[in-house]
Amino acid sequence: MTRVAVVKFPGSNCDEDTLRSVQGAGAEAFYVWHREESLGNADVVILPGGFAYGDHLRAGAIARFSPVMRAVEAHAAAGGPVLGICNGFQILCEAGLLDGALVRNACLTFLSRPVRIRVESVDTPFTNAYSSGAEFDVPIAHGEGRFLAREEELRDIEEQGRVVMRYVDDNPNGSENAIAGIRNRPGNVVGMMPHPERAADPLLGETRGKFVFESLVKTVEALPGGSP
Amino acid sequence: MPSFDIEVKIMPRAGLLDPQGKAVGQALSALEFESVGDVRVGRAISISLERPDRETALADAREMCDRLLANPVTEDYEVVVESAS
Repeated sequence: MTRVAVVKFPGSNCDEDTLRSVQGAGAEAFYVWHREESLGNADVVILPGGFAYGDHLRAGAIARFSPVMRAVEAHAAAGGPVLGICNGFQILCEAGLLDGALVRNACLTFLSRPVRIRVESVDTPFTNAYSSGAEFDVPIAHGEGRFLAREEELRDIEEQGRVVMRYVDDNPNGSENAIAGIRNRPGNVVGMMPHPERAADPLLGETRGKFVFESLVKTVEALPGGSP
Repeated sequence: MPSFDIEVKIMPRAGLLDPQGKAVGQALSALEFESVGDVRVGRAISISLERPDRETALADAREMCDRLLANPVTEDYEVVVESAS
Protein backbone atom coordinates (compact mmCIF):
# COMPACT_ATOMS: atom_id res chain seq x y z
CA MET A 1 0.00 0.00 0.00
CA THR A 2 1.18 3.52 -0.78
CA ARG A 3 2.70 5.06 2.34
CA VAL A 4 2.13 8.79 2.87
CA ALA A 5 3.79 10.87 5.59
CA VAL A 6 1.85 13.93 6.74
CA VAL A 7 4.30 16.21 8.53
CA LYS A 8 3.07 17.99 11.65
CA PHE A 9 4.71 21.23 12.71
CA PRO A 10 3.76 23.19 15.83
CA GLY A 11 0.87 25.18 14.36
CA SER A 12 -0.18 22.77 11.61
CA ASN A 13 -3.97 22.63 11.55
CA CYS A 14 -4.98 20.81 8.37
CA ASP A 15 -3.05 17.64 9.20
CA GLU A 16 -6.06 15.53 10.17
CA ASP A 17 -8.15 16.51 7.13
CA THR A 18 -5.15 15.73 4.96
CA LEU A 19 -4.54 12.38 6.66
CA ARG A 20 -8.18 11.38 6.16
CA SER A 21 -8.20 12.49 2.53
CA VAL A 22 -5.14 10.35 1.88
CA GLN A 23 -6.81 7.39 3.58
CA GLY A 24 -9.93 8.06 1.55
CA ALA A 25 -7.86 7.62 -1.61
CA GLY A 26 -6.81 4.17 -0.41
CA ALA A 27 -3.31 4.92 0.89
CA GLU A 28 -1.80 4.35 4.29
CA ALA A 29 -1.26 7.72 5.98
CA PHE A 30 0.68 8.52 9.12
CA TYR A 31 1.94 11.61 10.94
CA VAL A 32 5.58 12.53 11.20
CA TRP A 33 6.44 15.10 13.89
CA HIS A 34 8.69 17.89 12.68
CA ARG A 35 11.45 16.93 15.14
CA GLU A 36 11.79 13.52 13.48
CA GLU A 37 14.73 12.98 11.18
CA SER A 38 13.17 10.13 9.21
CA LEU A 39 10.03 9.90 7.08
CA GLY A 40 9.34 6.30 8.04
CA ASN A 41 9.83 4.82 4.57
CA ALA A 42 7.13 7.04 3.11
CA ASP A 43 6.57 6.95 -0.65
CA VAL A 44 5.04 10.43 -0.58
CA VAL A 45 5.35 13.39 1.81
CA ILE A 46 2.71 16.06 2.39
CA LEU A 47 3.31 19.29 4.28
CA PRO A 48 -0.20 20.30 5.34
CA GLY A 49 -1.72 23.71 5.92
CA GLY A 50 -1.65 25.71 9.11
CA PHE A 51 0.54 28.32 10.73
CA ALA A 52 3.80 26.54 11.51
CA TYR A 53 5.66 28.46 14.20
CA GLY A 54 2.88 31.03 14.20
CA ASP A 55 4.09 32.30 10.79
CA HIS A 56 6.66 34.33 12.75
CA LEU A 57 9.08 36.36 10.64
CA ARG A 58 7.53 35.04 7.38
CA ALA A 59 5.20 32.11 6.76
CA GLY A 60 7.38 29.00 6.53
CA ALA A 61 10.65 30.81 7.33
CA ILE A 62 11.28 29.00 10.62
CA ALA A 63 9.61 25.68 9.81
CA ARG A 64 12.02 25.13 6.93
CA PHE A 65 14.80 24.60 9.49
CA SER A 66 12.93 21.85 11.38
CA PRO A 67 14.92 18.60 11.50
CA VAL A 68 12.34 16.77 9.36
CA MET A 69 13.03 19.14 6.48
CA ARG A 70 16.44 17.53 5.88
CA ALA A 71 14.62 14.25 5.26
CA VAL A 72 12.06 16.03 3.06
CA GLU A 73 14.87 17.62 1.03
CA ALA A 74 16.59 14.22 0.63
CA HIS A 75 13.29 12.60 -0.42
CA ALA A 76 12.72 15.35 -2.99
CA ALA A 77 16.29 15.14 -4.30
CA ALA A 78 15.81 11.40 -4.83
CA GLY A 79 12.74 12.12 -6.95
CA GLY A 80 10.17 11.28 -4.28
CA PRO A 81 6.83 13.07 -4.52
CA VAL A 82 6.36 16.02 -2.13
CA LEU A 83 3.22 18.13 -1.86
CA GLY A 84 2.88 21.35 0.09
CA ILE A 85 -0.62 22.64 0.72
CA CYS A 86 -1.05 26.30 1.73
CA ASN A 87 1.42 26.72 4.61
CA GLY A 88 3.18 23.65 3.22
CA PHE A 89 3.61 25.51 -0.10
CA GLN A 90 5.03 28.48 1.80
CA ILE A 91 7.50 26.18 3.59
CA LEU A 92 8.62 24.56 0.30
CA CYS A 93 9.29 28.00 -1.21
CA GLU A 94 11.22 29.14 1.87
CA ALA A 95 13.22 25.89 1.74
CA GLY A 96 14.13 26.56 -1.88
CA LEU A 97 12.43 23.35 -3.06
CA LEU A 98 10.11 25.50 -5.15
CA ASP A 99 10.79 28.84 -6.86
CA GLY A 100 9.22 32.09 -5.81
CA ALA A 101 7.63 33.30 -2.60
CA LEU A 102 4.18 33.81 -1.09
CA VAL A 103 3.56 37.25 0.35
CA ARG A 104 0.70 39.18 1.91
CA ASN A 105 -2.51 39.08 -0.15
CA ALA A 106 -2.85 42.18 -2.30
CA CYS A 107 -6.18 42.93 -0.57
CA LEU A 108 -4.36 42.73 2.81
CA THR A 109 -7.10 40.61 4.34
CA PHE A 110 -7.16 36.94 5.25
CA LEU A 111 -9.26 35.12 2.66
CA SER A 112 -11.33 32.09 3.57
CA ARG A 113 -13.71 31.13 0.80
CA PRO A 114 -14.06 28.83 -2.19
CA VAL A 115 -12.37 29.82 -5.43
CA ARG A 116 -12.44 28.24 -8.88
CA ILE A 117 -9.16 26.80 -10.11
CA ARG A 118 -8.05 25.20 -13.36
CA VAL A 119 -5.61 22.30 -13.48
CA GLU A 120 -2.93 23.46 -15.93
CA SER A 121 -0.50 20.57 -15.66
CA VAL A 122 -1.57 16.96 -15.23
CA ASP A 123 2.03 15.84 -15.53
CA THR A 124 2.68 15.73 -11.76
CA PRO A 125 2.26 13.05 -9.08
CA PHE A 126 -0.57 15.10 -7.56
CA THR A 127 -2.60 16.00 -10.64
CA ASN A 128 -2.35 13.01 -12.99
CA ALA A 129 -5.86 11.82 -12.12
CA TYR A 130 -7.34 15.09 -13.48
CA SER A 131 -8.08 15.76 -17.10
CA SER A 132 -6.07 18.67 -18.45
CA GLY A 133 -7.92 21.95 -18.05
CA ALA A 134 -10.30 20.54 -15.43
CA GLU A 135 -11.89 23.25 -13.29
CA PHE A 136 -13.30 22.90 -9.81
CA ASP A 137 -14.15 24.90 -6.72
CA VAL A 138 -11.90 24.58 -3.74
CA PRO A 139 -11.48 26.56 -0.53
CA ILE A 140 -8.58 28.91 0.10
CA ALA A 141 -7.71 30.07 3.61
CA HIS A 142 -4.66 32.29 3.73
CA GLY A 143 -3.30 35.73 4.48
CA GLU A 144 -0.05 35.26 2.55
CA GLY A 145 -0.94 33.63 -0.74
CA ARG A 146 0.19 36.11 -3.35
CA PHE A 147 2.67 34.19 -5.46
CA LEU A 148 5.66 36.23 -6.62
CA ALA A 149 8.84 35.26 -8.41
CA ARG A 150 11.73 37.12 -9.98
CA GLU A 151 10.98 38.09 -13.57
CA GLU A 152 13.30 35.44 -15.08
CA GLU A 153 12.03 32.77 -12.65
CA LEU A 154 8.45 33.53 -13.56
CA ARG A 155 9.27 33.33 -17.27
CA ASP A 156 10.93 29.92 -16.71
CA ILE A 157 7.98 28.66 -14.67
CA GLU A 158 5.58 29.60 -17.47
CA GLU A 159 7.75 28.46 -20.38
CA GLN A 160 8.52 25.12 -18.78
CA GLY A 161 4.85 24.48 -18.07
CA ARG A 162 5.43 24.44 -14.33
CA VAL A 163 2.20 26.22 -13.41
CA VAL A 164 0.12 23.36 -11.99
CA MET A 165 -3.00 25.33 -11.08
CA ARG A 166 -4.37 28.77 -11.82
CA TYR A 167 -7.22 30.79 -10.36
CA VAL A 168 -10.05 31.22 -12.85
CA ASP A 169 -12.19 34.37 -13.24
CA ASP A 170 -11.04 35.92 -10.02
CA ASN A 171 -7.45 36.18 -8.76
CA PRO A 172 -8.19 36.37 -5.05
CA ASN A 173 -4.78 37.30 -3.66
CA GLY A 174 -3.11 39.12 -6.55
CA SER A 175 -0.75 36.26 -7.49
CA GLU A 176 1.43 36.77 -10.57
CA ASN A 177 -0.41 35.30 -13.58
CA ALA A 178 -3.13 34.06 -11.18
CA ILE A 179 -0.85 31.20 -10.14
CA ALA A 180 -2.39 28.92 -7.49
CA GLY A 181 0.15 26.10 -7.66
CA ILE A 182 3.52 25.28 -9.23
CA ARG A 183 5.96 22.42 -9.50
CA ASN A 184 9.74 22.12 -9.53
CA ARG A 185 11.70 21.31 -12.71
CA PRO A 186 11.65 17.50 -12.40
CA GLY A 187 7.98 17.71 -11.45
CA ASN A 188 8.06 15.68 -8.23
CA VAL A 189 7.60 18.65 -5.88
CA VAL A 190 4.30 20.54 -6.03
CA GLY A 191 2.94 23.42 -3.98
CA MET A 192 -0.62 24.74 -4.01
CA MET A 193 -2.42 27.41 -1.98
CA PRO A 194 -5.98 25.95 -2.21
CA HIS A 195 -7.01 23.15 0.15
CA PRO A 196 -7.96 19.98 -1.76
CA GLU A 197 -8.48 18.17 1.56
CA ARG A 198 -11.41 20.53 2.20
CA ALA A 199 -13.04 19.50 -1.08
CA ALA A 200 -12.64 15.73 -0.91
CA ASP A 201 -15.79 14.49 0.80
CA PRO A 202 -19.47 14.66 -0.23
CA LEU A 203 -20.23 16.18 3.19
CA LEU A 204 -18.19 19.20 2.16
CA GLY A 205 -20.18 19.76 -1.00
CA GLU A 206 -17.29 19.46 -3.45
CA THR A 207 -15.32 16.27 -4.00
CA ARG A 208 -13.04 17.01 -6.89
CA GLY A 209 -10.17 17.82 -4.54
CA LYS A 210 -9.88 14.09 -3.92
CA PHE A 211 -8.17 13.57 -7.27
CA VAL A 212 -5.06 15.20 -5.78
CA PHE A 213 -4.85 12.25 -3.36
CA GLU A 214 -5.95 9.69 -5.93
CA SER A 215 -3.18 11.00 -8.19
CA LEU A 216 -0.50 10.23 -5.65
CA VAL A 217 -1.76 6.68 -5.19
CA LYS A 218 -1.85 6.21 -8.97
CA THR A 219 1.71 7.56 -9.19
CA VAL A 220 3.17 5.24 -6.57
CA GLU A 221 1.31 2.21 -7.88
CA ALA A 222 2.72 2.87 -11.36
CA LEU A 223 6.31 2.90 -10.11
CA PRO A 224 8.42 -0.10 -11.10
CA GLY A 225 8.14 -2.50 -8.22
CA GLY A 226 5.59 0.02 -6.93
CA SER A 227 3.41 -0.48 -4.00
CA PRO A 228 2.46 -4.04 -3.10
CA MET B 1 34.48 40.18 23.97
CA PRO B 2 33.07 43.43 22.54
CA SER B 3 29.32 43.76 22.20
CA PHE B 4 27.60 45.14 19.14
CA ASP B 5 24.07 46.32 18.50
CA ILE B 6 22.92 45.18 15.09
CA GLU B 7 20.01 46.92 13.43
CA VAL B 8 18.59 45.15 10.39
CA LYS B 9 16.14 46.99 8.16
CA ILE B 10 14.16 44.77 5.80
CA MET B 11 12.08 46.35 3.03
CA PRO B 12 9.95 45.02 0.19
CA ARG B 13 12.17 44.86 -2.90
CA ALA B 14 12.14 48.03 -4.98
CA GLY B 15 9.54 47.84 -7.71
CA LEU B 16 7.37 45.28 -5.93
CA LEU B 17 3.82 46.26 -5.18
CA ASP B 18 3.62 46.88 -1.42
CA PRO B 19 -0.09 46.77 -0.60
CA GLN B 20 0.57 47.47 3.06
CA GLY B 21 2.51 50.63 2.27
CA LYS B 22 -0.22 51.69 -0.14
CA ALA B 23 -2.91 51.21 2.52
CA VAL B 24 -0.88 53.22 5.05
CA GLY B 25 -0.36 55.96 2.45
CA GLN B 26 -4.10 56.14 1.81
CA ALA B 27 -4.77 56.32 5.55
CA LEU B 28 -2.30 59.22 5.90
CA SER B 29 -4.06 61.05 3.09
CA ALA B 30 -7.39 60.35 4.79
CA LEU B 31 -5.96 62.06 7.87
CA GLU B 32 -5.44 65.06 5.60
CA PHE B 33 -1.65 64.98 5.58
CA GLU B 34 -0.91 66.70 2.31
CA SER B 35 1.31 65.49 -0.51
CA VAL B 36 2.05 62.05 0.91
CA GLY B 37 4.16 60.27 -1.71
CA ASP B 38 5.25 56.66 -1.82
CA VAL B 39 4.88 54.81 1.50
CA ARG B 40 6.51 51.42 2.04
CA VAL B 41 6.29 49.17 5.07
CA GLY B 42 9.09 46.85 6.14
CA ARG B 43 10.41 45.52 9.41
CA ALA B 44 13.28 46.25 11.76
CA ILE B 45 15.14 43.62 13.75
CA SER B 46 17.58 44.41 16.60
CA ILE B 47 20.18 41.86 17.57
CA SER B 48 22.80 42.02 20.33
CA LEU B 49 25.94 40.25 19.26
CA GLU B 50 29.28 39.56 20.97
CA ARG B 51 32.02 39.34 18.38
CA PRO B 52 35.79 39.99 18.39
CA ASP B 53 35.42 42.97 16.06
CA ARG B 54 33.02 45.01 13.99
CA GLU B 55 33.86 43.27 10.70
CA THR B 56 32.98 39.85 12.09
CA ALA B 57 29.75 41.23 13.57
CA LEU B 58 28.78 42.70 10.19
CA ALA B 59 29.67 39.54 8.28
CA ASP B 60 27.63 37.38 10.65
CA ALA B 61 24.65 39.75 10.56
CA ARG B 62 24.69 39.64 6.76
CA GLU B 63 24.77 35.85 6.82
CA MET B 64 21.78 35.89 9.21
CA CYS B 65 19.90 38.04 6.70
CA ASP B 66 20.81 35.80 3.77
CA ARG B 67 19.87 32.59 5.53
CA LEU B 68 16.82 33.57 7.57
CA LEU B 69 15.91 37.18 8.23
CA ALA B 70 15.16 38.32 4.67
CA ASN B 71 13.65 36.53 1.71
CA PRO B 72 15.83 37.38 -1.30
CA VAL B 73 12.90 36.89 -3.70
CA THR B 74 10.83 39.68 -2.19
CA GLU B 75 12.96 41.69 0.22
CA ASP B 76 16.11 43.85 0.41
CA TYR B 77 17.96 44.46 3.63
CA GLU B 78 20.39 46.92 5.21
CA VAL B 79 22.57 46.20 8.22
CA VAL B 80 23.91 48.83 10.65
CA VAL B 81 26.43 47.82 13.32
CA GLU B 82 26.99 50.01 16.40
CA SER B 83 29.23 49.35 19.38
CA ALA B 84 27.00 48.59 22.34
CA SER B 85 27.14 51.31 24.96
